[in-house]
Amino acid sequence: MVKRTSALSDALQLAWVRLRRSLTTILLTAFGLVAAWALLNLVIGGQCDGKCVVDALAQTLRVATPIAFAAFCGVLCERAGVVDIGIEGKMLMAAMAAYSVNLFGFQLLQDALGPVAAGNVSRWLALVMAVASALLLAGLHAVFSIRFKSDQIISGTVINILAIGITGYMYRAFLAENLPAGPGTFPLVPIPLLAEIPVLGPILFHQKPLTYLMLALAVGIYWMLFYTQWGLRVRAVGEHPRAADTLGIDVLRTRYINTLLGGVVAGLGGAWFTLEAVDVFSPLMTNGLGFIGLAAMIFGKWNPFGALLGALLFGLGNSVTATVSIFRPDIPSQIPQMLPYLLTIIVLTGVVGRAVAPAADGQPYEKS
Amino acid sequence: MPPALQAIGITKRFPGVLANDHVDFTLQQGEIHALLGENGAGKSTLMNILYGLYQPDEGQVWVKGELVKISNPHEAIARGIGMVHQHFMLVPPLTVTENIMLGQESLVSATRMLGRLAMLDRRSAAARIRELSRQYGLAVDPDAIVGDLPVGAQQRVEIIKALYRDADILILDEPTAVLTPQEADELFVIMRGMVKQGKSIVFITHKLREVFAVADTISVMRGGAMVGSLKPAQATRELLAEMMVGRKVILAIDKAPARPGLAVLQVEGVRVLDDRRHVAVDGVSLEIRSGEILGLAGVQGNGQTELTEALTGLRRVAGGKILLNGHDTTHATPRQLVEAGMGHVPEDRHKHGLVLSFPVRDNIVLCTYYRLPNAHGIELDYAVIARQASELVRIFDIRTPGIETTAGALSGGNQQKVIMARELSRLSERHGAQNGAPLLIASQPTRGLDVGSIEFIHRRIVEARDAGAAVLLISAELDEIMSLSDRIAVMYKGHILATVDARTATREQLGLLMAGVTPAAARPGQREGAHD
Ligand SMILES: Nc1ncnc2c1ncn2[C@@H]1O[C@H](COP(=O)(O)OP(=O)(O)OP(=O)(O)O)[C@@H](O)[C@H]1O
Ligand SMILES: [Mg+2]
Repeated sequence: MVKRTSALSDALQLAWVRLRRSLTTILLTAFGLVAAWALLNLVIGGQCDGKCVVDALAQTLRVATPIAFAAFCGVLCERAGVVDIGIEGKMLMAAMAAYSVNLFGFQLLQDALGPVAAGNVSRWLALVMAVASALLLAGLHAVFSIRFKSDQIISGTVINILAIGITGYMYRAFLAENLPAGPGTFPLVPIPLLAEIPVLGPILFHQKPLTYLMLALAVGIYWMLFYTQWGLRVRAVGEHPRAADTLGIDVLRTRYINTLLGGVVAGLGGAWFTLEAVDVFSPLMTNGLGFIGLAAMIFGKWNPFGALLGALLFGLGNSVTATVSIFRPDIPSQIPQMLPYLLTIIVLTGVVGRAVAPAADGQPYEKS
Repeated sequence: MPPALQAIGITKRFPGVLANDHVDFTLQQGEIHALLGENGAGKSTLMNILYGLYQPDEGQVWVKGELVKISNPHEAIARGIGMVHQHFMLVPPLTVTENIMLGQESLVSATRMLGRLAMLDRRSAAARIRELSRQYGLAVDPDAIVGDLPVGAQQRVEIIKALYRDADILILDEPTAVLTPQEADELFVIMRGMVKQGKSIVFITHKLREVFAVADTISVMRGGAMVGSLKPAQATRELLAEMMVGRKVILAIDKAPARPGLAVLQVEGVRVLDDRRHVAVDGVSLEIRSGEILGLAGVQGNGQTELTEALTGLRRVAGGKILLNGHDTTHATPRQLVEAGMGHVPEDRHKHGLVLSFPVRDNIVLCTYYRLPNAHGIELDYAVIARQASELVRIFDIRTPGIETTAGALSGGNQQKVIMARELSRLSERHGAQNGAPLLIASQPTRGLDVGSIEFIHRRIVEARDAGAAVLLISAELDEIMSLSDRIAVMYKGHILATVDARTATREQLGLLMAGVTPAAARPGQREGAHD
């Protein structure tokens, strides 16, 4: 009993130390936000008031959700030493799977359950199928890169191309015609009481389910990576698989599990597009956010919280873009739209300091 | 009492190599058993079999009187066998505690039902580590990041890792290869202590001095077979060397007195920063002349690495001046230095000396591939390159199945010979060149090598000197420095404390200098952090 409390207090103490160390980051972020807001107002002539800021920040979190899921997928895979650039493909596949299951499931269930219940059932079913479809692709990547030790970049690229092909075909074959209306996306789920808090409430607690899930995952993955037996072994496998092997840790199994877990998370990210954002599927709708997720992962130095911060940064760029195009229709929309991509380039050139990938990242493990 | 560990008739084949050929080996309980043998003799292979990393093709393994089959390290650990590998098996970004408990984690008991997601109990693991550390005199800080520790400390972490798993049979595969003589002596005290507490130890080394210092029994392997076992009382250095190599070995190199010529390398007040931007080399001046060997002695981490990197163009020089044959080369690129006649045998042969995935042939022309006769314009002439490589493989007696074999597949000694062949052949090629005598910078040139290879490399270095090259020899081996050098400079905390004549220098004198004690003013010696 005594032992447990001491270990817990140790953990909390460690968390506090880390938080203090990241204080500068937090302060800089806050400063950046204010500066961005000031700059934005300068451009749009001071039209962004308090409400507009809150809206923009809520929008930031919304858009950050799929990017963060993608980044978490990257963190899970790369911490175990598997590079996964097929996140984009997995998300695209999941988005399509979610949309079709949601739509057709609803058609099937509507008569039996009534529209409200059918909508609920089909949406959750769609989420499960989205995850399953991404998992399938993750399994493919795992077998290619772990079992057959093929080049992981090529395997990831193959998966991206495969996903574009499959979803494009499915779209043209089944989804492009005039379809009956589906049940729509997840409704907003305001959290009781918390949603009433001024400013923070509407930003953090007036969102849809996947966004909450994403925030929970940031905490969960962080905890798992740095405080559990699983996490210690994963990090060892990603840094020095041979050392892990000599201590009796199953390197290949660890990598399989993590690649598949990454698939699950990428599936959630893909589901966001058609179950939370819009109620249609269109080809290539993930629009590079899977890759931006990888940038967020690097920005965050392979740490889930850092990755979340990176995702939020890109989300902010996106919502600023939206705000500008509303208030200043005279500025060609392409210019503000460049912002997230410019940010990606700046981030990846190492402005945030040198990020060091896990040492065995991308190297197949050969048992001697 | 049954032997702690016994191998009978172990045979192991790798593609094209018979690594172990019906090897018998017996480790008695409570002894330190030294295992000697040339590079590639099959020592590590035998130990990896006993630790469950490789499966033998034939043979039996007995542990404490019981016939066992060890099919993975897990089973070896369960039977009380612990191994410290030749190349450390540590995860640099993790802490000491995390490294030690990895695979056998202490968990918070209330979270055990979470299975793999149970919480780590770092505090109780650290407590256990402190206890072991006290019991065996192995100073480590459980909270330090392993990558930040000096090699000596990493070694102790490896040993505690085995003890943490309750190993009573310890296999130490060349634990002293990267240690200074002082660190090695400390290790021997620890090993003695462990044996007193009931452990049995297999100790692999190439250094004969260490065998006599610590072993109870000595076994020698050659070409995959066991040559024999004997007691230190029956052995002499010469006998052991002969058993290892299969011929007489000249242990003490005899060289003619140096006949120094013109200054080749002149270093004036050079300052160099390390990776953390601290001053690592603080105003070093030295001069090496044609036909002499300057030995640079010092405890590792006193700036030798940074100085070498600066001299070879791999690290920016923050201040001062470097002249090579009178030309300013302070900010020259490695290619320019190569062209000016510098040869470099780097400290880390895997990282900086070879492209391990390239064949021997390509590694041999790494510095000269781009020019005649190896290349015509942008086209490589593989016929010429292959001829040259075969020639060097023959001259330098590099044991390799062929010039197409990848460098990574060679034993450590033969990898070193590939580098030697490349650098020395380039130097001799420049003889008579109008721009002065060549310079050879050799860092730890014999680290991890067997006596035969050491003899060979030492002879080559002296030959290069006699042919007129200036040689800078950086080594942590005091014996090597003393037997090869003509003059010895001792480096301490980024300074050259003194330069002495090698003929009159004594071990004691150099040892004191290396600890920072100058004859003039007795300064406190440098010691690693004391443990609590
Ligand atoms: N995994 C492997 N695959 C193929 N060949 C191997 C492998 N491991 C070792 N060998 C070969 O087996 C022989 C014995 O190697 P081993 O590593 O046991 O030598 P060693 O006595 O430990 O030498 P050193 O003193 O250089 O460490 C060598 O010829 C080596 O090239
Ligand atoms: Mg070996």
